Amino acid sequence: MNLDPLFKPKAIAVIGLSSSNERHPANVIFSKNRHRYPVDVFGINPKGGFFQGEKIYPNISEVPGTLDLAIIAARAELVPDILADCIRSGVRAGIVISGGFAEVGNTDLQGRMAAMAQEASFPFLGPNCLGIYAPGRVDTLFLPIERMVKPEPGNVTLISQSGGILVDQMIKFAQERIGLATAVSIGNKALMRELDLLRYFSKDPSTQVITFYIEGFGRDEGREFVLEAQRCPKPVIVLKSGKSPGGQKAVSSHTASLAGDYASFSAALAQHGVVEAENELELVSFCESLSACQQPIDGGIGIVTGSGGHGAIAVDACWKYGLSVPVIPGPFQEEIRQNLSASVQSIASTGNPVDLTGSGVDEDFVGAVRMLFSREEIECVIVLLLPYLPGITSDLGSKLSTLSRQLNKPLIAYVPHVEKYDMLIEGFELNGTPVSPSIEGAVLMATALRRNKPW
Amino acid sequence: MVKREIRDILEASRQWGWVLEPDAKRAFSLFGFDTPRYVVAKTPDAAASFAAKIGYPVVAKVVSPKVIHKSEVKGVIVGIASEDELAKAFDRLRRIEGFSGMLVEEMVSGVELIIGAKIDHQFGPMILLGIGGVGVEIYRDTSLRMAPLDEKDARSMVKGLKAHRLLEGYRGSDPISMDALFDTLLRFSRFVMKVEGLIASIDLNPAICTSKRCVIADARIILAS
Repeated sequence: MNLDPLFKPKAIAVIGLSSSNERHPANVIFSKNRHRYPVDVFGINPKGGFFQGEKIYPNISEVPGTLDLAIIAARAELVPDILADCIRSGVRAGIVISGGFAEVGNTDLQGRMAAMAQEASFPFLGPNCLGIYAPGRVDTLFLPIERMVKPEPGNVTLISQSGGILVDQMIKFAQERIGLATAVSIGNKALMRELDLLRYFSKDPSTQVITFYIEGFGRDEGREFVLEAQRCPKPVIVLKSGKSPGGQKAVSSHTASLAGDYASFSAALAQHGVVEAENELELVSFCESLSACQQPIDGGIGIVTGSGGHGAIAVDACWKYGLSVPVIPGPFQEEIRQNLSASVQSIASTGNPVDLTGSGVDEDFVGAVRMLFSREEIECVIVLLLPYLPGITSDLGSKLSTLSRQLNKPLIAYVPHVEKYDMLIEGFELNGTPVSPSIEGAVLMATALRRNKPW
Repeated sequence: MVKREIRDILEASRQWGWVLEPDAKRAFSLFGFDTPRYVVAKTPDAAASFAAKIGYPVVAKVVSPKVIHKSEVKGVIVGIASEDELAKAFDRLRRIEGFSGMLVEEMVSGVELIIGAKIDHQFGPMILLGIGGVGVEIYRDTSLRMAPLDEKDARSMVKGLKAHRLLEGYRGSDPISMDALFDTLLRFSRFVMKVEGLIASIDLNPAICTSKRCVIADARIILAS
């Protein structure tokens, strides 16, 4: 099935538009697309009438021209007929926002829709979903525009079974300045499932990282998903919920008991190079890091810090996540020291971590990072920056990022995220270095480089 | 296609929902696995004459369609060193519910592993390797992969065990034969892919690994319902 009409529509219809209720989901969707996106929008309601001075069409077949996408926000029992109308009228794709299907036990109703659409090769998202947010293209989220937190356009595509989680992740993306390519809520996934979207976005040129929130797969669907993810040239990140065994039934073999649902899920993902995020902090860290850099590492980390305590915490976090912090040989430590400015030479520690102390200046950080990058056992450097230290300028972000790019080795930074330090942070981020607001987050970013297709 | 005889064994076991140990061993032996020499004895004399032939010590186990977990009913007796002990073992095991014979087999000593399979709803056949024996669900030291396995998977499964150093020769013990273990794991993966529609799960527990062999000392196949 061709999913372009779904994700890159030119003309859309909103079915269920009310002539009086501004806050009706259909009306919110109609308004925001009409005013803010480069799409033609048509409202549909059997009662007809006008909304915002625009004619409401009683039937989708009366809309002039070809419609790429129909957004359906009518009562559940009406939806199958509406879907049939759309197919008959030559609409190319659909999004069913309405709830009241499998999630409340109406599996037959949902099954009928899926069968009909399958037969007609008519791709649709949902039911019980929010649809799509594609920056600059289209937005079917029924959230009033003034309430939405919109991340910058970028290269991460987010696909979520839950609409709430999707919107929440968009907020986190905005906070951490992670760029979003497309956000997709798939709801009950009656027809379009994770696998279909994985296939589509592996070929989508604006997507470089594909991230999923998954509650569960159907029979053997997980197998197809991980095999496809392994073939996909882009990193695939998954956050899974429903890990707790709950009321799992007693099993009569040791293997069935040891290889429970989640154990199998997690093992199959890791085996095929899918990056599993344990929680939301990991998800955000992994997205940020893989959107900036996808170079795989085995795990040798160099640490450069302006404070001994920060270095120690970073070493502990590396140990916790199975990354190594290789010891630097004595003579090389001495070389690093000789390179430092006179005031720090006698007080710095030059093992790994390299602690430049509160007296370190920009040149000391640049020199130390450059020397660690020159060592084969160091595959990635984490720099822990305390912008309140007097010797550090806001240029350091771009200086270090340039170095990382020149030497083609990944760099990750920790900088406390407050407005005051924005210039330093942007110096990193706009030049391709991910920045975490926590030390552990920075280490997690390095973990993502190790887990992503490690072969 | 899986060999006719293996399929027949699985089909004939449907009445119980699982495959009795001697039948399971027969199936694995037909597929080329290393299994201990054994006999199912209906009388103490039959047991004694087999034991005399293979030599003591031997292991005796209850065969009963009512008993899936033999250890839990004290249905496994290891280290039987004489005909007299063997007769006593027979006398004890025949009192267990559903007794249909006593399995007598050669005793193999080595590192006890579990090699298992499970048909997962979302991911299909999965293969497990772990530290085996009766404490398997206490140690929970396991590696898990989606089948079929390749050699790289087999290697990483062994490396993934916390106790992998035990297998590589720890404090003076002989290392186990990794070739035999890899061969067993890959053969097991092929077996599972052939019978995936017929089974729910399999435990080879223990698979006993020595410096030369990897022997399937016990096997339990739970059939698909």
